[in-house]
Amino acid sequence: MLILECPYCGVKAEETELANGGEAHLKRFGPGSADNDFESYMFARKNPKGVHFERWRHSYGCGKWFLAARCTATLEVFGTYPAQTAEPPADLQAKIKAKRPDWKGY
Amino acid sequence: MKRYSVFAIARQAMSYHQGWERAWRAPEPKKEYDAIIIGAGGHGLATAYYLGKNHGIKNVAIIEKGWLGGGNTGRNTTIIRSNYLQDPSAAIYDKALSLYETLSQDLNYNVMFSPRGLLMLAQTHHEVRGYLRTVHANQLQGVSTEWISPAKVKELVPIMNIDGPRYPVLGALYQKRGGTARHDAVAWGYARACSDMGMDIIQQTEVTGVRTEGGVVRGVETTKGYIGCKKLGIVVAGHSGQVADMAGFRLPLEAVALQALVSEPIKPTIDVVVMANTVHGYMSQSDKGELVIGGGTDSFNNYTQRGSFHHIEETLRALIETFPIISRLKMLRQWGGIVDMTGDRSPLISKTPVGNCFINCGWGTGGFKAIPGSGWAMAELMAKGEPGPLAADFNMWRFREGQFIDESVAAGVAH
Ligand SMILES: Cc1cc2nc3c(=O)[nH]c(=O)nc-3n(C[C@H](O)[C@H](O)[C@H](O)COP(=O)(O)OP(=O)(O)OC[C@H]3O[C@@H](n4cnc5c(N)ncnc54)[C@H](O)[C@@H]3O)c2cc1C
Ligand SMILES: [Zn+2]
Repeated sequence: MLILECPYCGVKAEETELANGGEAHLKRFGPGSADNDFESYMFARKNPKGVHFERWRHSYGCGKWFLAARCTATLEVFGTYPAQTAEPPADLQAKIKAKRPDWKGY
Repeated sequence: MKRYSVFAIARQAMSYHQGWERAWRAPEPKKEYDAIIIGAGGHGLATAYYLGKNHGIKNVAIIEKGWLGGGNTGRNTTIIRSNYLQDPSAAIYDKALSLYETLSQDLNYNVMFSPRGLLMLAQTHHEVRGYLRTVHANQLQGVSTEWISPAKVKELVPIMNIDGPRYPVLGALYQKRGGTARHDAVAWGYARACSDMGMDIIQQTEVTGVRTEGGVVRGVETTKGYIGCKKLGIVVAGHSGQVADMAGFRLPLEAVALQALVSEPIKPTIDVVVMANTVHGYMSQSDKGELVIGGGTDSFNNYTQRGSFHHIEETLRALIETFPIISRLKMLRQWGGIVDMTGDRSPLISKTPVGNCFINCGWGTGGFKAIPGSGWAMAELMAKGEPGPLAADFNMWRFREGQFIDESVAAGVAH
């Protein structure tokens, strides 16, 4: 059972209380952008076996979107942080690097 | 290879069944092959088999990191049907179904194909409309399937409660030719036939890298060293993203866990396969008497081969409503597999950005039924370097072009 702490209300929420929103920090490409960019924004996800940054919504709690860093192979959660961030916080990245020395980085 | 037959059993009985030969060899890898297939699941093995049988390419290795058939092929609920909505899907799944019908004879291996009939329950008006549309589409495609009334459903499955309370049965999409097969036997039968053609099935060997030269594939790095090849087929289901990454391209899919479970064995109670897509529950009875049950996928990417606990509860809750008599059954085993989900819930059988490198993946939650047809189409693609009519629409560039083969509309899932 996956448990994530909502960074807004501090509640440790279990997965049935949350809704997954897929990969985080996607750079959006709209109409008029190059075909390659648009295609990879729409469909090509990183889908790593290991460290993954993703969007979650605390749907049966405060209702807000937040972001999480999680290992897709072990379900270990490295941390959660507010959605208003363009990239994972530096301290979280350092923490992940310490735990997963092979991680190629964000 | 000694043929299996009733006479062989009688002959072996004389020597207390001590004389059976091994079903497949366990060779060490050669330096180079005409073709390498990564992944000895059903799709990889079928690809190799039809490469040899249809195209005469027999200098082939199938490289498997675990044991053959130990991936999703050995973990699925074995539902077989061909009544899909879109033309390209109906074509390849129906090809697969017709190959399944004679597969035991073809492979000289009993895959226990059981065309016991398959019901897809409609429990909302949306589903009724969706399935009626499928019936009409299938008629145009020449795929046999019919729409049946709730009374007929009750007649076929007396243990079913069709009155709700939450989701009364409003009818069903019924494919008489659909059913199940023994999943392990499908992998074993293909493996035995491949080995007999002289192909090498190399188990316990993981591919760790793909070597290319000038954009063309040259071979693979493995835990048993480098192995060269002229052509490469990547057929690794849930791990497609990792292997594509080794070859230097990205795929339009994500990996999630899907789980299944079986009950304690009971006397025969249900002799068709029932799928209830609105409530996410699938059930059939195995020859051993266990009820084989499948449910929904996890909502988040993962590779745990386990699945979230709450899905078990959701699935069983729904099935108990539909089949009240199973409410006191104990569940014996539960397991998960990693399924590769594409955006339109249809597979990829495709060339890739790397020369002589081909991919077959994205079968997600529903590829067991496709194994023979998929292997047939993939073998043609690898042998000729260009897709035949079965594979053409399943190319990986369809996403860029917006030419989706959308199989998620009617049911949301595609088993
Ligand atoms: C619980 C569950 C229920 C299902 N129910 C149904 C159903 O009822 N009907 C249906 O039609 N489909 C069903 N499916 C889907 C079906 O199981 C799959 O679509 C199908 O088995 C995929 O076969 P495959 O050969 O592509 O993959 P797999 O059988 O998974 O084979 C891929 C192989 O590649 C190997 N591999 C991976 N990476 C490497 C590497 N780097 N080097 C070497 N080898 C590697 C793996 O070890 C594995 O053996 C279900 C799936 C699950 C998980
Ligand atoms: Zn919250």
